[in-house]
Amino acid sequence: MGQIFHPSTNTFSKVSIFGAVFFLAGVAAFALMFLRSSYVTGVGVVEPQPVPFSHAHHVGGLGLDCRYCHTAVEDSSFAGLPPTHTCMTCHSQIWNTSPMLQPVRESYATDQPLAWNRVHNLSDFVYFNHSIHVQKGIGCATCHGPVDQMPLMWKAEPMTMEWCLDCHRQPERYIRPREEVFNMRYEPPPDQLALGTQLVEEYGIEKARLTDCYVCHR
Amino acid sequence: MPQQQHADGPAPVIAPGYTYATVTDKISAIVLTRRTPRWWFVGAALMFALVMLLLYAVAYLLLRGVGIWGVNIPVGWGFAIINFVWWIGIGHAGTLISAILLLLRQEWRTSINRFAEAMTLFAVACAGLFPLLHLGRPQLFYWLLPYPNTMGLWPQWRSPLVWDVFAVGTYATVSLMFWYVGLIPDLATLRDRSQHRLAQVIYGFLAMGWRNAASHWQRYQTAYYLLAALATPLVVSVHSVVGLDFAAGLIPGWHSTIFPPYFVAGAIFSGFAMVMTIAIPLRRVFGLEDFITMRHLNNMAKVMLATGLIVAYGYLIEIFTAWYSGNQFEWYMTVNRMLGPYAPAYWLMIGANVVVPQLFWSRRVRRHVPALLVISIIVNVGMWLERFIIVVTSLHRDFIPAAWGMYVPTRWDWALYVGTIGLFFALLFLFVRLLPAISIFEMRELVAESERHGEAHPAPRAGEAV
Repeated sequence: MGQIFHPSTNTFSKVSIFGAVFFLAGVAAFALMFLRSSYVTGVGVVEPQPVPFSHAHHVGGLGLDCRYCHTAVEDSSFAGLPPTHTCMTCHSQIWNTSPMLQPVRESYATDQPLAWNRVHNLSDFVYFNHSIHVQKGIGCATCHGPVDQMPLMWKAEPMTMEWCLDCHRQPERYIRPREEVFNMRYEPPPDQLALGTQLVEEYGIEKARLTDCYVCHR
Repeated sequence: MPQQQHADGPAPVIAPGYTYATVTDKISAIVLTRRTPRWWFVGAALMFALVMLLLYAVAYLLLRGVGIWGVNIPVGWGFAIINFVWWIGIGHAGTLISAILLLLRQEWRTSINRFAEAMTLFAVACAGLFPLLHLGRPQLFYWLLPYPNTMGLWPQWRSPLVWDVFAVGTYATVSLMFWYVGLIPDLATLRDRSQHRLAQVIYGFLAMGWRNAASHWQRYQTAYYLLAALATPLVVSVHSVVGLDFAAGLIPGWHSTIFPPYFVAGAIFSGFAMVMTIAIPLRRVFGLEDFITMRHLNNMAKVMLATGLIVAYGYLIEIFTAWYSGNQFEWYMTVNRMLGPYAPAYWLMIGANVVVPQLFWSRRVRRHVPALLVISIIVNVGMWLERFIIVVTSLHRDFIPAAWGMYVPTRWDWALYVGTIGLFFALLFLFVRLLPAISIFEMRELVAESERHGEAHPAPRAGEAV
């Protein structure tokens, strides 16, 4: 009876056993990286809009305060998108013939709202509240990134639960004085931890309860 | 010790007159040379039809949700959990036979361990379906595993249902390892004996270059005993964890400290019943009466009797503690089992698990093959009823009478259950056709041992002429 397996099987078996370790480790690493990649989270991906609205122009260039358009951010759970009226306060006079702004004028004329595409879209089982974060000293840029430098809007942070919990466990690392919340160029001081701990105390933030399920999932 | 056994005169574990070659021939012929019998095709076709039923029931379940079952709000756990516990219990005898009896040097385990281990694997495969399928959202089952996820969440380690994931996962893995390690020398035998090129390559690939070297055997024995020593606490803990699914709850009828050992005893009881149910037709059809002798059946009947008595003790103690506790809910639960709407199931269970196995006290019954088969099937049914009683009667009437209800299984409950029976036997049919159902190399060891005994006591050799 001849040999069943060719001598090259030795190499195959060694490579397959040795390689299996790397293969499995690779699959696991790929899966974990994939879940955090911008393909899944959408971080850094520009969302197309009906009108190419530029935060860089309106905030960085013209120096508008965030609350001029996102009026409800201090009082409501939902920061709100400005209605066409807000655009038309200026654009009835400025660039009022620009073809780029044609959808805005049309919306104003026909009373049909502009269909903006949401960039930060949480699942409906997450009850995010803007006002509480603004009132407790979390700046716009901490979660939304340097919006004043974004010609078109993209996500700066993954908005995963892991990311939310990171701050809810250690808010002192991210908190800032209330009056700096809408300052897009705010730099945390070198003693952020000391200041943060003091602010957490001052604003009455109960860290122990911040990671309970009912805080976000009601 | 062995001499003593001979002096006592029980039937031998292997009929006399066999040599290494004839043992190997006889077992490997089932896989390699004998024509596949017609009953195999008939049986396999029937069982695969049931697998189709299983797939259909699963597909419909995934499409429509668990509401197609008869479960409701008081009785949230129905057939899915009953069948899960039943199948897991059946699997336990395989590990008991292969691991615990190995550690106890019971040589009569040799001719039944291989298919008992296969039975374990297939029973665990059937059992493993239910915890997944009874999830309302089975696609999220992996949330039960501790892996670093983007939610920053981990499983709740205090839930026995999470322990179940690990118990059953480990049990399936270790059983598979144990079974496969046990198969390696036999796969080498099949490799060397098969004439077909494809069979040589497949068995040769699976045998991983086993050469029967002394160094191989030395390491093999160490590994095998280590695995046995690992599997032994595993058997006990896995079914204890399954018992804790109930015992950790606070429902009267569930919250009982006796559950872990009582569940393990019940598992071995039902598992041996299933081994017997399979062994009797197997030895008949393949003519293996010389290997699976009356001594095996006799011993298995004794184990069933012993564990059946432990189970009976469990029933008795449950009733006693319910009375002794002075707790009205506990006592009502007991009365409800005996006289309530599910009383027929309770009394059938008592009949099947407590009364019928008492026949095993009789030597005549233990040596009567058809009786053994009938009793083991009755025990299988009885142990299924036991889990039905525990799950359903405890839930359907508990603390608040406003939350009393009934559980009536639907056709989908039945389809899944019958479907897993089909899956179990379909796998078993494939197994007996493709792999040696009896461990060849361990049978050869038995031949060597009986020869050694033969030299000391010439008497057994006298039967050689037969």
